[in-house]
Amino acid sequence: MLERASVQEHAKSSELAISASGLTKTFKTRRGSITAVDDLSLQVSPGETYGLIGPDGAGKTTTVRVILGLLTRTAGESSILGFDSMNDTYEIRQRVGYIAQQNVLPADMTVMENMKFFAGIQGMSKQDQIRRIPELLEFAGLSNFTGRLAGKLSGGMKKKLALACCLIHEPQVVLLDEPTLGVDPVSRREFWNLLGNLRAERGLTIFVNTPYMDEAERCTQIGLIYAGRLIARGAPAEIKAMVPGHVIEFTPTDSTPALRRISGMEGVFEVQTYGERLHVFVDDVSRRKPEIEAALATEGIAHNELRPVEIRMEEAFISLVQRQNQIAAKAQAQSSNPLAWKAASGGVS
Amino acid sequence: MSNSPSENQASIVVQGLTKKFGDFIAVDGVSFNVNAGEVFGWLGPNGAGKTTTIRILLGLMTPTSGSSFVLGLNSATQTKAMHAVVGYMSQLFTLYGDLTAAENIRFYGMVYGLSNSELKLRQAEIIHMAGLDGRENVLTSSLSGGWKQRLALGCAIVHRPKVVFLDEPTAGVDPISRREFWTLIYAMAKEGVTVLVTTHYMDEAELCQRVGFITQGRLVAIDTPSRLKQTQMRGDVLEISVSNPDEAMRALKAAQQSRRLPLDEVALYGAQIHVVTPSAEEYKEAIRELLNGEGIEIRSIEWIAPTLEDVFISSVNAPRLRGQA
Repeated sequence: MLERASVQEHAKSSELAISASGLTKTFKTRRGSITAVDDLSLQVSPGETYGLIGPDGAGKTTTVRVILGLLTRTAGESSILGFDSMNDTYEIRQRVGYIAQQNVLPADMTVMENMKFFAGIQGMSKQDQIRRIPELLEFAGLSNFTGRLAGKLSGGMKKKLALACCLIHEPQVVLLDEPTLGVDPVSRREFWNLLGNLRAERGLTIFVNTPYMDEAERCTQIGLIYAGRLIARGAPAEIKAMVPGHVIEFTPTDSTPALRRISGMEGVFEVQTYGERLHVFVDDVSRRKPEIEAALATEGIAHNELRPVEIRMEEAFISLVQRQNQIAAKAQAQSSNPLAWKAASGGVS
Repeated sequence: MSNSPSENQASIVVQGLTKKFGDFIAVDGVSFNVNAGEVFGWLGPNGAGKTTTIRILLGLMTPTSGSSFVLGLNSATQTKAMHAVVGYMSQLFTLYGDLTAAENIRFYGMVYGLSNSELKLRQAEIIHMAGLDGRENVLTSSLSGGWKQRLALGCAIVHRPKVVFLDEPTAGVDPISRREFWTLIYAMAKEGVTVLVTTHYMDEAELCQRVGFITQGRLVAIDTPSRLKQTQMRGDVLEISVSNPDEAMRALKAAQQSRRLPLDEVALYGAQIHVVTPSAEEYKEAIRELLNGEGIEIRSIEWIAPTLEDVFISSVNAPRLRGQA
């Protein structure tokens, strides 16, 4: 059930930075097979910042590994800069930077030694290294830390060093697998600002996996992935617009009866709890607001002022996932094939 | 904050708390109170002193100076009595993977000295709370992240503590489980339990009734999320929509570096650019002129309400900026 916000079709796949169509990856286990990536299609144009966003175990890491050619695909096709993931791995390696999720920089080597090490791996000449390394250290804000052991860097600085190392051979495309995981908000912001600078100054194509829904706002295009499937794709604003209705927020003194009372009301699509607050998705704010207020009054539920708020990416995701689950449940009920729902029961990351 | 032992007496009292490790000051003269039944967010970058504060509050570490009280019990001198009434959950979900869900609850219950009948009751309650009905006898190692997390919370509150410390309880858990977890937090608060929670998710910080920002060991701001947004943001956030955001980004960055415009931050947000300036009114036109001069077509330049993350970063960076001056 793919929601398509952008109807714009790309003429030729070779013009795309990254392309996948019908991409599927199945792992065999003792209990049977698990489809980690299920018929996934995406296109990333050059210069775009594409976010593949979804919870742990949704299939983000497998997708990136298959696209990079580190894992063989079970079905479908994928390519980077027109080079096939499985057949043209050498060409891909020359033009692509990658930060793995469990990216390990040699901890007993200094920042400078790490940079030289990765430059060496890429076969870079001494002259190129002398030009390129200081430039990258400056960009990553690590110029004053060249002599520090990588193991002694803070979490945020390690991520910046990893980024600098993956850019050493001037790739046209980078794939970053959860580069901000476990990093505090300040370092997260700094890392994304670096990505923004790369996009603006060099036109770098950036593909990022992240479980942080708020990072969607930093991307030009996103794909929401859940249980191996892309459940929505488009620009961040387009994804939010896929959720029907508008959100009214308020805090009742007791949320359980308020939730029960409002859930079935006319014009109410769904109610999500948000800490002590309730978020009510309605068709028409000006019409439903007084109706909800009246309903709460008759039940004797006290509350603060009802106010319209903007839908957040995380809410859009939850809403789209729930819709997906309802569709899957229906399909499961109708289908006699026990394998039909296996993707929905949880994938592999 | 009143000092009388009234109903509103603070559950957590921190007074001039300082902790030094050699020359390094991990916590620097921190004072704050958390009220009974309050959900309080304790936020800061890594290494800011969050966990050190919690360790001192739990009596696991002695402060260099200052003191702290939980439910009126001194953390340093009345530790044992205090442990009977507090719960603690860390991001590591300290559960035994080779025990079943029910066995984990019973194990923690026995550690806290619960009677057999109370154990039975709590086991049933916690299994239900964690949504584990029918999975009581599943090995904990095979539960998904969300279930493990709710089970870990259940084990942390098996002895019905009145104050609960949650140190990054939602790290690595999917958005739907995180949402459910916060519903549990508020269910506890409704029953009068005081919750102190740390998180790196700023959307969760928004859910707290009050938050404190700590950076470099110092408490730099403490208030409700909505008031922090009104009082703590240094400057205004402008959202700029243009035909070519990459080009506009380069122009704005150049203006920032040459100090032609006072821009604290220039950052790409998808198709938009966010800039932080001392005053939206004062510099909106200057930004417009700059972009027009570069031949960039402007769709809109609008003031937007800062997010809690904007405020947090502004608060955290302020001491650094002052240090440089």
